[in-house]
Amino acid sequence: MKIVVCIKQVPDTNEVKLDPKTGTLIRDGVPSIINHDDKNALEEAIKLKDKYQNVHITVLTMGPPQADVALREALAMGADRAILVSDRAFAGSDTWATARTIAAAVRKIGEYDLIFCGRQAIDGDTAQVGPQLAEYLNLPQVTYVKHLEINGEKVTVERALEDGYEVLETTLPCLLTTIKELNEPRYANVRGIFDAYKEKTVEMWTANDIKIAADQTGLNASPTNVKQTFTPSPKGQGTILCGCDKDTICELMCKLQEKHII
Amino acid sequence: MNFNLTKEQEMVKTLMRKFAETEVKPLAAEIDENERFPRETVEKMARYNMMGIPFPKQYGGAGGDNISYAIAVEELARVCGTTGVILSAHTSLGAHPIYQFGNEEQKNKYLKPLAEGKYLGAFGLTEPNAGTDAAGQQTLAVLENDHWVLNGSKVFITNGGESDIYIIIAMTDKKKGTRGISAFIVEKDAPGFSIGKIEHKMGIKGSSTSELIFENCIIPKENILGEVGQGFKIAMQTLDGGRIGIASQALGIAQGALDESVKYMKERKQFGKALSQFQGLQWMVADMATKVTAARWLVYNAAWRKDQKLSYANEAAMAKLYAAEVAMDVTTKAVQLHGGYGYTREYPIERMMRDAKITEIYEGTSQVQQMVIAANIFK
Ligand SMILES: Cc1cc2nc3c(=O)[nH]c(=O)nc-3n(C[C@H](O)[C@H](O)[C@H](O)COP(=O)(O)OP(=O)(O)OC[C@H]3O[C@@H](n4cnc5c(N)ncnc54)[C@H](O)[C@@H]3O)c2cc1C
Ligand SMILES: Cc1cc2nc3c(=O)[nH]c(=O)nc-3n(C[C@H](O)[C@H](O)[C@H](O)COP(=O)(O)OP(=O)(O)OC[C@H]3O[C@@H](n4cnc5c(N)ncnc54)[C@H](O)[C@@H]3O)c2cc1C
Repeated sequence: MKIVVCIKQVPDTNEVKLDPKTGTLIRDGVPSIINHDDKNALEEAIKLKDKYQNVHITVLTMGPPQADVALREALAMGADRAILVSDRAFAGSDTWATARTIAAAVRKIGEYDLIFCGRQAIDGDTAQVGPQLAEYLNLPQVTYVKHLEINGEKVTVERALEDGYEVLETTLPCLLTTIKELNEPRYANVRGIFDAYKEKTVEMWTANDIKIAADQTGLNASPTNVKQTFTPSPKGQGTILCGCDKDTICELMCKLQEKHII
Repeated sequence: MNFNLTKEQEMVKTLMRKFAETEVKPLAAEIDENERFPRETVEKMARYNMMGIPFPKQYGGAGGDNISYAIAVEELARVCGTTGVILSAHTSLGAHPIYQFGNEEQKNKYLKPLAEGKYLGAFGLTEPNAGTDAAGQQTLAVLENDHWVLNGSKVFITNGGESDIYIIIAMTDKKKGTRGISAFIVEKDAPGFSIGKIEHKMGIKGSSTSELIFENCIIPKENILGEVGQGFKIAMQTLDGGRIGIASQALGIAQGALDESVKYMKERKQFGKALSQFQGLQWMVADMATKVTAARWLVYNAAWRKDQKLSYANEAAMAKLYAAEVAMDVTTKAVQLHGGYGYTREYPIERMMRDAKITEIYEGTSQVQQMVIAANIFK
């Protein structure tokens, strides 16, 4: 089974600071990590490799040359091959252009049975790239995967919903986006770290290599316009009601009604 | 000259920091309180190939370097001195002598499982009457037909009772003095070998420190390490490398105490201000941070020299002497900065201070390091 895992290198913070003037991310001084959900994606792929024979894992990222370290870490966790898709032409890509670029890279990889993406990147936060990539590649997709079984060609997935989960079946090849409930990602392995730097390589692919035209990627191929970014004002404090007498319960019922919860 | 860590060393540091914070730190107070050996941590370290960092892959190691190994011990000790010494004694004292002096069969039979973390290793040199004066060995090894017979005892052995493999130093020919000492590989199940008293200690309480007893203990003839009569040299060179590990442990403990202090000083308010705003305390912390940084470069320098195959005994002695002093100094000041809370078990600081003290004692006391350094100056 050939698996492609799309990972994104993101700044290590849940509260990325924004430059209030330009509305862009302030990345200086923030260490970079592999996006959390993508680690779950990678872990699931490695678990399949632990379980079945002949599983081969390619990790793929589109990003600046510094994203090399994210790929090396993925190799140190257990991926077999790493590809960094990097080109000035990609700068300013929104999710649409990013997904199209990644799709071009996946086509160059050629053979694959399963593509994993994380649900959502902690910086961009759109959760769009996975689904868009599936559409570009014309693949069945299941998002928010919290449990996965693969039996031959048959893929059985539990898909998390806000108030429960649904069980879906699909077949290989397909694209799945993963959430943290899926598994507990392993650490990088110390021997894996030395192998990743001494024995393995990160392949560098440019726009040319993946045959994507200049007008298909980057800022000009991105329909999204960021009008403004802002930090939403914090939610008000909750109210705590104590007691089990009639008055307290009435007060509770009133408040819930006010908020149209009941 | 280049003071940057390589990319792989950087990644090892990030990994070890995260591993230590999530897997090791939550156990630190409990294993200290209960004097419990953290077997589960050893198993986790084995899974992630942390138990043989500086050994080649063909012998089960990670194929890494000594700086990465030093960083690993440092990061573990930063949150738990016990876990730091378990890795250090295992790697430097249990496994390394086999790597350096063992033959091919011994490397395959013993180094491989040690480096893979399937076995835990220990090293027995110290005896009741042979401490600093390590040449005064009274344990005897006699060759009888196809096996050695060992009689005697060792004290204060780190990982004793928990280990699968013990490197044992013993006298094979009393007449020859230090040249009559040899080194042996003893398996835990060797007939006539048993574990005696387990020490109750001031610090590193989760690490086991035990007596080893040999009563007509029989080991195969081929389990001699190196040549007959080479044992004292093997022991001394093993300790040269081990000192890098203990220096890293001391460095980690000091860094941990410094980090805890900085955090506490920002939170704790007196006279309407955070402690971190009092200049008298700021200056104390500035000195602590400077010493920790100086210790770090001494430690990494010794490890770097070992990686470069340069002489490192003198540098390792300096690193251990200084890092241990810094650990004691910084942890004592850290307790001071925490006030009464620092003296209680609510905070990790008193444990760090107790853990720091041993780094001035084992693998050669501070006085022994001074002897090594002075001998090098006045040679
Ligand atoms: C107008 C506009 C301009 C932008 N300009 C820039 C810019 O100049 N520089 C910049 O860094 N960002 C830029 N961005 C943000 C960037 O395009 C998005 O971060 C990116 O498209 C991914 O979207 P996301 O972060 O929401 O990921 P999500 O859609 O939330 O990610 C879901 C999953 O998709 C996969 N994935 C996402 N991104 C990648 C990737 N790059 N490689 C591999 N897999 C991936 C991962 O598996 C991830 O978990 C811009 C966005 C917009 C709207
Ligand atoms: C927790 C712990 C773990 C240990 N682990 C191991 C282990 O794994 N393997 C092992 O073999 N040993 C181990 N040891 C033993 C340790 O290395 C010795 O305790 C140490 O070498 C000191 O020996 P000693 O205790 O006999 O002290 P002594 O030699 O009696 O020294 C007492 C004091 O006198 C000083 N002194 C002695 N001789 C001189 C001199 N000539 N000049 C100046 N000062 C001198 C010493 O520095 C010390 O301050 C361990 C000890 C402890 C406490």
